[in-house]
Amino acid sequence: MSEAPPKLEWRSVAKRFDGPPVLRSVNLSVAAGHSLVIMGGSGEGKSVMIKIAAGLMPLDSGQILIDGQDVAAMPARERRRLPARFGMLFQGGALFDSLSVWENVAFRLINADGVTRRQAKLRALEALDRVRISREVAEFYPSELSGGMQKRVGLARAMVANPEIIFFDEPTAGLDPVTGRAINALIREQVKSLGCTAVSITHDLNSARHIGDEIAMLSGGVIVWRGAAADIDHSGNAMVDQFVHGDP
Amino acid sequence: MSSIPAPLQPLQAIGRSFLNIVRTTGAVAVFAGRAVLAVALPPWFPGQFARQLIGVGYLSLPVVGLTAAFTGAALALNIYTGGGRFNAEQIMPQIVALGITRELGPVLAALMLAGRVSAAFAAEIGAMRATEQIDALHTLSTDPFRYLIAPRLAAAVLVLPLLTVVADIIGIAGGWVVATRTLDFNATVYIRNTWDFLQSWDVVSGLIKAAVFGAIIALMGCYHGFNSSGGARGVGRATTNAVVSAAILIFAGDYLLTTVFTHT
Ligand SMILES: Nc1ncnc2c1ncn2[C@@H]1O[C@H](COP(=O)(O)OP(=O)(O)OP(=O)(O)O)[C@@H](O)[C@H]1O
Ligand SMILES: [Mg+2]
Repeated sequence: MSEAPPKLEWRSVAKRFDGPPVLRSVNLSVAAGHSLVIMGGSGEGKSVMIKIAAGLMPLDSGQILIDGQDVAAMPARERRRLPARFGMLFQGGALFDSLSVWENVAFRLINADGVTRRQAKLRALEALDRVRISREVAEFYPSELSGGMQKRVGLARAMVANPEIIFFDEPTAGLDPVTGRAINALIREQVKSLGCTAVSITHDLNSARHIGDEIAMLSGGVIVWRGAAADIDHSGNAMVDQFVHGDP
Repeated sequence: MSSIPAPLQPLQAIGRSFLNIVRTTGAVAVFAGRAVLAVALPPWFPGQFARQLIGVGYLSLPVVGLTAAFTGAALALNIYTGGGRFNAEQIMPQIVALGITRELGPVLAALMLAGRVSAAFAAEIGAMRATEQIDALHTLSTDPFRYLIAPRLAAAVLVLPLLTVVADIIGIAGGWVVATRTLDFNATVYIRNTWDFLQSWDVVSGLIKAAVFGAIIALMGCYHGFNSSGGARGVGRATTNAVVSAAILIFAGDYLLTTVFTHT
């Protein structure tokens, strides 16, 4: 093991809305260039976990560390630049419905990175190609797409600027198996060939095995198991076994 | 907290709603401050601004024009009747012009836009909140205040005075049509009387009001949309609150500004 701090770390992160706490004390980290998969039952707080890490939601207590640095302790200037280092695929796609598909994908390039519209469109079309969205569809508006297509456009948008850390909230939910496998391969490739760090949420075990180097299980507001993706079938943890075998 | 004795419970309720008002006022003030900063400092989004100019301004022209025409006509008839009681019918053109430029032009244009524009802002931004598009803006390194709010605020502040000029002209024209068609006013004399009587401050003070109303309309729509929660129902609530609060603030602001203007 090298001495480098993890790329991203949740340290004793707690969060509650009205009612019982959603996250009690989450401790988890992912090394640079690795792919982490978070699994867990519906409503356990997986989406909340990655929104907190991406700075979209305040936490009640605990810390988020990027490259070993506490985000809350960063100078304001550096903290403002953080989103530029992240990419995020939202569970519901979250495409801008006033913009066409390719404008959605090119949004950050045009509006934040100062790339020309022509250049940005070329890069957007390339990214769309990789998620199997054709050039005709690139001119459509999000409301004209199926749910699975919207998801893939969201994926292209998250990856187009080659961010350091990408969060994927259920990247293959609602996709047919063939496209799902293609997306898994794409996430894998993004991590392996571009060296980015990926944090994915999925309910799909095959998907988790394929895209994850490591898998973590969130339950009752804490990480109850964490291990190599290959060990998921003999984790020795009752809760994970239950998830793997689908026992009620 | 039922430890408070029954006779004092109304006080508690009053205190709570007072605190709520203070909290909301503070939140709106902070929101407005951030919005003004976003208008003042780059990066700007000219494309978004242009889109809002068309949506807020151009598309509001018919509704503002129609309201102004009918109100000008009705005002003329009422003032004619009222003036008749003092044998002072002839002063009607001047009073109509004053009423329209100082008061009804800006207020009517603002009220129509509170319905059209405040509601649209709240609904659009509220829907974006509900579908996580505002979070998505963050992750795409774009400040929602700059991208969403600043263009709307700037467009509304710029457009409402322009719409008010239109409302002034069409409103006075409405009075003129009634006066010359159904009452026995001479067409040219009516216009000359109006023109000679009006001072530039009558018009300018109305336009200043309009700019303030424009800010109220944009801020109420954006604030309620931006802070909406709870899906489609939340969007509906945000829309209603935006229109109601904008309308109330327009009337209150109108009275305040009129007080200031009449003492200067
Ligand atoms: N903005 C919010 N306001 C209030 N409560 C919230 C909010 N976001 C999430 N919650 C609550 O937090 C809990 C966890 O939600 P979260 O979306 O993280 O679940 P999840 O693990 O992603 O589930 P799923 O697999 O169904 O997507 C839920 O009980 C939800 O009601
Ligand atoms: Mg979720």
